[in-house]
Amino acid sequence: MSQTNAAALQGPWDIIVVGGGNAALCAAITATEQGKRVLILESAPKHMRGGNSRHTRNFRCMHHGPLSVLIDSYEEDEYFDDLMRVTDGKTDENLARMTIRESEACLPWMEAHGVRFQPSLSGTLSLSRTNAFFLGGGKALVNAYYATAEDLGIGIFYDAEVTHVNIEGSRFTHVDVTIDGQSHRVEGRAVVLASGGFQADLEWLTRAWGPSAANFLIRGTPYNRGVVLKDMLDQDAQTVGDPTQCHAVAIDGRAPKFDGGIATRLDCVPFSVVVNRDGDRFYDEGEDVWPKRYAIWGRLVAAQPDQVGYSIIDSKSINLFMPSVFPPVVADTLEELAEKLGIDGAKLKATVEAFNAACRPGDFHPTELDGLATEGIEPQKTNWARPIDTPPYYGYSLRPGVTFTYLGLKVSETAQVSGPDGPLENVWAAGEIMAGSILGQGYLAGFGMTIGTVFGRIAGREAAAHVN
Amino acid sequence: MSTEIIQEARRQVEICNACRYCEGYCQVFPAITRERAFADGDITQLANLCHNCRGCYYACQYAPPHEFGINLPAALAEVRADSWERLSWPGGLARTFQQSGVALAAALTVGFAVIFATMQALRPEDGEGFYAYMSHTLMVAIFAPAFLLPLAAIAISLRDYWREIGGEFPRWSHLVDAVKAAGRMRNLDGGQGQGCNFEQEDRFSNKRRAYHQMVLYGFLLAFASTSTGTILHYGFGMEAPYGLFSLPKLFGVPGGILMCIGTVGLAHLKVRADKSLGAARVWGGEMGFIALLFFVSLSGLVLYAATGTAWVPTLLALHLGSVLAFFLLMPYSKMVHGFYRFAALVRDAQLKA
Repeated sequence: MSQTNAAALQGPWDIIVVGGGNAALCAAITATEQGKRVLILESAPKHMRGGNSRHTRNFRCMHHGPLSVLIDSYEEDEYFDDLMRVTDGKTDENLARMTIRESEACLPWMEAHGVRFQPSLSGTLSLSRTNAFFLGGGKALVNAYYATAEDLGIGIFYDAEVTHVNIEGSRFTHVDVTIDGQSHRVEGRAVVLASGGFQADLEWLTRAWGPSAANFLIRGTPYNRGVVLKDMLDQDAQTVGDPTQCHAVAIDGRAPKFDGGIATRLDCVPFSVVVNRDGDRFYDEGEDVWPKRYAIWGRLVAAQPDQVGYSIIDSKSINLFMPSVFPPVVADTLEELAEKLGIDGAKLKATVEAFNAACRPGDFHPTELDGLATEGIEPQKTNWARPIDTPPYYGYSLRPGVTFTYLGLKVSETAQVSGPDGPLENVWAAGEIMAGSILGQGYLAGFGMTIGTVFGRIAGREAAAHVN
Repeated sequence: MSTEIIQEARRQVEICNACRYCEGYCQVFPAITRERAFADGDITQLANLCHNCRGCYYACQYAPPHEFGINLPAALAEVRADSWERLSWPGGLARTFQQSGVALAAALTVGFAVIFATMQALRPEDGEGFYAYMSHTLMVAIFAPAFLLPLAAIAISLRDYWREIGGEFPRWSHLVDAVKAAGRMRNLDGGQGQGCNFEQEDRFSNKRRAYHQMVLYGFLLAFASTSTGTILHYGFGMEAPYGLFSLPKLFGVPGGILMCIGTVGLAHLKVRADKSLGAARVWGGEMGFIALLFFVSLSGLVLYAATGTAWVPTLLALHLGSVLAFFLLMPYSKMVHGFYRFAALVRDAQLKA
């Protein structure tokens, strides 16, 4: 790093924001607009900035009446019920309701700071009331916030990995940050921790999940290695969330190890039979509409030998779901398809024939629960059960794709972090690093960005008030 | 060559179709979501529909160095440039002039030489204004075919394009939709009026859109100037030179000024923009074309300003020489983009309906 940059790194700063995604930017912008001198330390290089925010696409927002691109109303109770349904009650009601209420004020704030929204994407009409989509997606949102941050004179350093957050007693004093291979000590009067979860640290995942984690794919940024989270855990910060759990969905097995994002999802499962490595079915593929079942298949596939599954459809169904990023494996016979997929042909054929024999006549409706179920087979397929009998046959491999981890810092309603002896005076957290405080399990589309925005703004505001 | 770049564009378009985050930027993405499989003609149509606003590139989570390597503006620009070369006649000519500013300069020089030589050899006995140096009949004899034959060549190319993309006979409403899109340069407005990403990376700006429309409307005004002059000449027996408050000048002077400002602006932005988001191999030809348009408009204005001076014959030759080069190069230079884009907009209006 040049001497000029090394001098610029030293500020002096009122507030240091660790991380460079949505929550970090919301915190930094909010604090700067309170007249504070703010530094952002982003561990990723510039072109990869923004953490998992760069893969997001929308923001779930409470609203009374139409708001920006959102139609009708989405009230607090309905929002909270939606959340409770996915978390199975594993959520802090107080924090959750506060987050939901705050979301309404966030949307105009986001627009005022450069974020643009667009109507629901094609194929996602069901979300047009609840989720405001970012024009261009999360990376466009991140770009807009960085442009705003630059215009506000916020100090921004990329490739800047914070390795240690120094706490003395109950006060933060400085961070150690590595830039260009050199460690620097940077002091600040307050710190906001917004550096994400640890899902990109495969060793940590393996410790939490066991050796099968080696076969997991990470849907988001490779830079969420949880270095700061671990550092805070080592200093006995109070935590929340199951350390052994992560949110995983079933994605295309050919997706990249990291950063595959949205395009690697597969929506064909409800119209398919899914078999494991041994050619056996293992779960009801037609249990519910796919958006509601999407999340459980990560776990289901993770529990299979070698953490892999194969979704098999025939030509009747190939146009019934959103296209995915990789073309399917195609063959004219099931044996040939099995061979191309690397599973036993005779076994796959037997499984599909048994399934086909269990199918019953009836009306097939791809967009609703049609009750077209199998009879006399285990596991049953309870909807959309049509014989797989019309070549060509198509196959997709499935792997668990990790979205985020639940273990995080426990925060108060004001985003304040606590140490072993109570609240830390000048440490706040926002975004994925503290999302476990609200999301105990499951996931609600667009809620991660809501948590990041709400808590980012709170953390920025509180940190600014503290250094006054 | 053609197959490879179409295949690469298809690969990228299929990934875009699985993501769809960019739907709100322009007409390309809604057109993508209407399809599931993309024939070569579909890719050519998407390429010509793309206005290279670059919004999708800067918003893309899969842009290089991501292993998906999505750079759709460049992939479509390659297909687009290739389609103009492939469909033009003779194709080799288009390749030369699209790629090379130097070739354009050489053509310009030839244009000058032709006009100078003609003026020397066929200087009229009498005549007023410009016609003292080159008779009206001779001007028409040179420029009518120099204008109409290239237009005929473009018409043949467009017919082949229309066949390749499977276009249907256009209805009035399709044309209206295309005129509206082009007239407001809707596909450079970022979907919400914030403009495109060109000269300042991920920040939006309407500069490129504004400069482009200055050139477009300036060009149309200049064209109206020539047309009204022709009508005055043949219809009313009123010959050039025309006064400042005549129709040819009322159209021509503002048109020339708009084109001058617009071309300088476009060139300035083009130097600052990232070459790798376009078809890099035709950058020189595109820049040469902007320079040629600038020269045409500036020489026209200067010629008017020099009325009555000894500079007129020289300036007249320079202006007419550049216009000649411009006309003859229409099918083989960046000028064809307007025709193809318009056709693509008409086709998209059909598909939307």
